[in-house]
Amino acid sequence: MAKHHISMTLNGEPTEFLCSTRQTLLDVLRDELNLTGSKEGCASGDCGACSVMVDDRLVCSCLVLGAECDGKTVESIEGMADGENLHPLQQKFLEEAALQCGICTPGVLVAAKALLEKNNNPTETEVRYWLAGNLCRCTGYDKIVRAVMSTAADMRGDAK
Amino acid sequence: MSSENRKYKWVGTRQIRPDGHDKVTGRAKFGSDFSVSGMIHGRVLRSPHAHAVIKSIDTSEAEALNGVKAVITSKDFKDQSSELKAAGEGMINYRDMTRNIMAREKALYDGHAVAAVAATTAEIADAALELIKVDYEVLPHVIDVDEAMKDGAPILHEEMVPSGIEIGGPTNIAKFVEFSLGDTKKGFDEADIIIERSYKTEAVHQGYIEPHAVVASVTEDGQAQIWCCTQGQFQVRAFVAQLLGMPTSSIRVTPSEIGGGFGGKTVVYLEPLATLLSKKSGKPVKMTMTREEVFRASGPTSGGSMTYKIGAKKDGKITAVEGSNKLLAGAFSGAPAGPACMCAVAPYDIKNVYINGYDVVVNRPKVAAYRAPGAPISAFGAESIIDEVAKELGIDPLKIRKLNAAKKGTQAAYGPTFREIGYEETVDIAMGHDHYLAPLGPNQGRGVASGFWFNIGGESSATVNINEDGTAVVISGSPDIGGSRASLALMAAETLGIDYDKVRPIVADTASVGYNFVTGGSRVTFATGLAVVEAAKDAVRQLCERAAKIWEVDAEAVIWDDGHAKPASSNVGDFEPLSLSSLAGQANKTGGPICGHNAQNVQGAGPAFATHICDVEVDPETGNVTVLRYTAIQDVGRAIHPSYVEGQIQGGAAQGIGWALNEEYIYNSKGQLDNPGFLDYRIPVASDLPMIDAVIVEVPNDRHPYGVRGVGEVPIVPPMAAVANAIENATGVRMSALPMSPPRLLAALDQADVKEAAE
Repeated sequence: MAKHHISMTLNGEPTEFLCSTRQTLLDVLRDELNLTGSKEGCASGDCGACSVMVDDRLVCSCLVLGAECDGKTVESIEGMADGENLHPLQQKFLEEAALQCGICTPGVLVAAKALLEKNNNPTETEVRYWLAGNLCRCTGYDKIVRAVMSTAADMRGDAK
Repeated sequence: MSSENRKYKWVGTRQIRPDGHDKVTGRAKFGSDFSVSGMIHGRVLRSPHAHAVIKSIDTSEAEALNGVKAVITSKDFKDQSSELKAAGEGMINYRDMTRNIMAREKALYDGHAVAAVAATTAEIADAALELIKVDYEVLPHVIDVDEAMKDGAPILHEEMVPSGIEIGGPTNIAKFVEFSLGDTKKGFDEADIIIERSYKTEAVHQGYIEPHAVVASVTEDGQAQIWCCTQGQFQVRAFVAQLLGMPTSSIRVTPSEIGGGFGGKTVVYLEPLATLLSKKSGKPVKMTMTREEVFRASGPTSGGSMTYKIGAKKDGKITAVEGSNKLLAGAFSGAPAGPACMCAVAPYDIKNVYINGYDVVVNRPKVAAYRAPGAPISAFGAESIIDEVAKELGIDPLKIRKLNAAKKGTQAAYGPTFREIGYEETVDIAMGHDHYLAPLGPNQGRGVASGFWFNIGGESSATVNINEDGTAVVISGSPDIGGSRASLALMAAETLGIDYDKVRPIVADTASVGYNFVTGGSRVTFATGLAVVEAAKDAVRQLCERAAKIWEVDAEAVIWDDGHAKPASSNVGDFEPLSLSSLAGQANKTGGPICGHNAQNVQGAGPAFATHICDVEVDPETGNVTVLRYTAIQDVGRAIHPSYVEGQIQGGAAQGIGWALNEEYIYNSKGQLDNPGFLDYRIPVASDLPMIDAVIVEVPNDRHPYGVRGVGEVPIVPPMAAVANAIENATGVRMSALPMSPPRLLAALDQADVKEAAE
């Protein structure tokens, strides 16, 4: 069967690719576009390691077909930093050691950024429920939740 | 932070990890992120049966499929003898290993590999799997450890001869171990109360988020390169060499970044298959497990069935403990029965102890290490029964632990006499912690429990190269699973007397550094750290020699202080100190490159102790348990990078909470795993947990230059009993089996209500 010719905007750049019907957006990012920052932990939407934004909506890219993305705007972890400047969440995760092995980190960061864009002053409970779809087996989530909340405080400009 | 800590410039500070930027930007290459040109894709055919004779395998149609480049079965692997061979610290039975990576006479569990295919695409490989015809004769199976020990149970290995016990005829008991101290009969005679209970824990998976992945490439002259996510590239090399009959020197294994392991990536599954498929096809082969394959065919740790009996005086002094731990091993022997026995009551000074353990095979995947293997299982029993004794005697559960606490000079029931240890300190801190004193509401309860883990040393090699600009590269061979590069760099910076950001640590492949045992046993910051410190000292010795040469004095007359060579005294001469960077800059004129090395089998690991406090709220309508507050107090020796030490403690506690409340394997009547995914095998998510307060206690290990003990494993030992004790405190119901999931707890609460109504 002929492949689909898809045009989308990826991390701000116009991007074209060919994909088969069965390829997910995650497959396309990793195997066709060589962007391996989004991870496959389960391929069933349970772990969140493949989290990306499609048209400003947080999704598991393993549950979206590549062929669905024609004309869409996709943002992945590779587009999160601005040139050589890390996003405040990325910087805070480093400073507060909010990662151990780092496999869940790209998905957690993409999801956390989506949260802060909707809600710049989340409670601990809101952060925990928002990130409930991003599994981390190393950290126990403590430092992740703290880093997200302290980034939010910084971005609001709260006095320390 | 203690004042003692401030004597160090770098050790004990919270620096940004060297691999951090790669990991927050998506650059870091994990197992399945690696590709090479010309690569083809391998897939594994797995048994749908829990126990079946493999009468024949016909691969001809699969081989004929367009795009298929190689098909392998157990016939492609030479058989191995059943003797134990040394591999690092452990002893390996390669007869079992070759049967685990590819079923030979029988398939022994649902998910057991029976064949593998490499094809130009993963889709073609999957299609080829469906063309392989396996003729199975399905046999009765056994999943439960107690069932497997009964007469008439289906036998996995007819020829297996148990070790440590004589049993007439075939058995599933692979091994029996026992440990004793004093005289338990005398101890029970002295006791005012005696309690005996049975406990059961479920097998649980390590649950790393990154599935196993490998790329293997074998050239026509037999040289193999393997890139994989592993806790031990040298183990992968040794195993593949033995299983495929290749010289060790012809295999080069490069560890990728590793997306969690917790012990589960100290073994091989895909690596020998990919290497053989590459050899057969002449092309690089990539293999990645699906999540379902991870659950059906890798890990987990043992489930256990235990009995514990304890005797104590009215004042709370424990006079005797007897215990028995029956641990399921999966399809091949290797349950951590020994460590389970040895760790159970190691936090306590008890004069009369007898504990035994059984390693029992069942039709499940072969167990792999998981964070303090064995200890959390037996501690669930021991720490639950100590809680019962405290309640029975009306003594505070922390006070009874303090009264019986092991100290320096205590002989542990498993043999050694403890040197300086910090167990009692963890109990003291718990007793005074505001968490322990905080009020509780309705349906809420508080539990405490303690834990012990040995920690290990083992073989480590390291090189510290001084660069011409005064920076340094630290080369080790220990995969960094949670921030160890940061701690190695901190210790190197401290020893060399240069800034942390001038030290670049890397994890080398098997051809670029001397042998290193796995990242496991909480050994890396301790043992590899020690090798790095010694390698840095070797570089310092060379730097002092260069200064001596420049000053034309004896090398002994030069000392190293704060990154500079200085005359040992004014008698040596009036020389301006020479900095590391100035010595590095003129190294070519003073004798050439400056490279420090160290390689040793590190001894002197300091044991770790922890005490946890857990508050829960139980919903009496549903049996759901919410963990409200959690505090984990641990003696870490010295926290080299406190943030990552806290992270280990928090992560271990979280895994223990999952083990306590939710995680279990659900097998159907055919012995097939019904929950091989994260939706149904429920590891804790962010909304399941509270903050986990990690309290660091520092009682330095005198066998390490910076006082390091291992950190990573002991935090998973106390949680199951801490949660169970909290549930008992909240409800009056004692849960003796894990997981304490809503349906199980609800049933226990209902039963208690019925019992109460009847009385």
